[in-house]
Amino acid sequence: MRVRVENVRFHYRLGEPVLKGVTLDFEGEATAIIGQNGAGKSTLVRLINGLLKPVSGEVRVGDWNTGDFSVARLARRVGLVFQNPNDQVFKSVVRDEVMFGPKNLGMSGDTALASSREALADVGLEGAMDANPYDLSLAERKLVSIASVVAMNTDVVIFDEPTIAQDYAGVQRIGTLIEKLKARGKLIIAITHDMDFVAEIFPRAVVLRRGEVIIDGSTREVFSRPDLLRDSFVEPPHATQLGQALGLSETVLSVDEAVKGIKGHRSRLGGLAGSDTAHDQQFFQ
Amino acid sequence: MKPEVMVQDLSYRYDDGEEKALDGVSFEVYPGEFLGVVGPNKAGKSTLCQALVGLVPHFFHGNMDGRVVAGGIDTRETTVDELSKTVGLVFQNPFTQVTGAKLTVYEEIAFGLENIGLPRDEITRRVDEMIALFGLEHVRHHNPFELSGGQMQRMAIASIMALRPRIVALDEPTSQLDPQGSAEVFQAVAALRNQGLTVIMAEQKVEKIARYADRVLLMHKGKVAACDRPEVVFSRDNLLDLGIRPPAYTSVARELDLRRPDGTLPVTLDDAVALLRNSSVNS
Repeated sequence: MRVRVENVRFHYRLGEPVLKGVTLDFEGEATAIIGQNGAGKSTLVRLINGLLKPVSGEVRVGDWNTGDFSVARLARRVGLVFQNPNDQVFKSVVRDEVMFGPKNLGMSGDTALASSREALADVGLEGAMDANPYDLSLAERKLVSIASVVAMNTDVVIFDEPTIAQDYAGVQRIGTLIEKLKARGKLIIAITHDMDFVAEIFPRAVVLRRGEVIIDGSTREVFSRPDLLRDSFVEPPHATQLGQALGLSETVLSVDEAVKGIKGHRSRLGGLAGSDTAHDQQFFQ
Repeated sequence: MKPEVMVQDLSYRYDDGEEKALDGVSFEVYPGEFLGVVGPNKAGKSTLCQALVGLVPHFFHGNMDGRVVAGGIDTRETTVDELSKTVGLVFQNPFTQVTGAKLTVYEEIAFGLENIGLPRDEITRRVDEMIALFGLEHVRHHNPFELSGGQMQRMAIASIMALRPRIVALDEPTSQLDPQGSAEVFQAVAALRNQGLTVIMAEQKVEKIARYADRVLLMHKGKVAACDRPEVVFSRDNLLDLGIRPPAYTSVARELDLRRPDGTLPVTLDDAVALLRNSSVNS
């Protein structure tokens, strides 16, 4: 499924533009949308799932122009996990919450239940089917909201801050789930402030600032621009920051890459400069 | 030095809990210290924060054993109201903390002070001080619900700090904030700590805790797995088994077997860079 956002402008109040002519094409690659709060990220994804309609320009999901379709129809193609699960979760039993979307899309009871069970197992909550979502922790409620959308089996799945309130195990679980959805050919778009997560999971990143696309490219390219990121209040992943502080020639995205980069750096030094400490010091500036 | 917070063999089981949320927890925090509390979800971090302000055992239903003494007060032997003059609690979600009854940031911060019956002049003085300290001047007349997440959390902390507690517990106060909002909260808390406040902060962001905390309490399944300086706790080789990802800088240093003179691994960016540069010069 391809999603095209073409020269989209949007405002909530006249004279206060939130998106100022955004053009983006999503097809195949999982994409992270990053940027400061207020940059227009949540507005952009709400335009893709049709909750909002562009003031000008158009958004196409496959061959559907979102302006011509209701949110309910678009829900067959686009699932959106809200940032705050409290804005999304409304049933008093997890099972009903997760089955609500699939049933609304017309799945039979059995299929909806099977899909919901699988989605809950994917987020590690298979044992919480009968719980009240509001008896769960915020982190678990977020996982319920993710499962509710994943169970709908839409071609496009959008996550707004998927790792919010998650611990290490929760982040790993969500990463594994997104990889599984990618392998099934789903188009994944995620808004996130968790740059370590972006570096690990998303091959493409788009930086928004005050309603405009500042950078759109491979995640490595994007994180190799600390100047632009700083202006957008985005901190690169921690491993990337280390590589950049050391002056490594390549942008590294993970602990493993940082280790390899530093080792390579040292061995090149050994071959080139031996114990030339002045050169060595300069190299690590 | 006399500890500002003493937690002695504290165990707690919620009435509807199958297992103890806290199980034999003991530690001390000294005046002016910043204690970071890390651990996976359900390790007991939130329950511990609630015990520090007396919500456990006074508000929640459950069985408590052991003792919590904060600012010289045994939490069992007082009320939550009384204890709130000494210990403040900042919740994970600022929406939970905002009263919803006040129309401006100024009034929101003044609310707690009005409730304890301070004279008007004193209220004005304290609110102005907090607004300046937390960088809320430009939004002082805004509706609390119009603020960004970072601003709202800073307002929530300001409301607590206006009461001038000696100790503040913060339960993952930055988990829903963007990096800028998160940095603002850490900087504000660090500024207060520099004024002598004792800080206990539960947090998932290990790199931030490594940078700001004096010591780290690592919790796992309701027990204390470690309580020591950040570089000691994060140098442990079983952190992943305990549900904690070490700081990225620490992981890189471990792979390169790069240690500080005391045998620990670096935990901050500056520390890691300095060690790498030195090792490069000396290799």
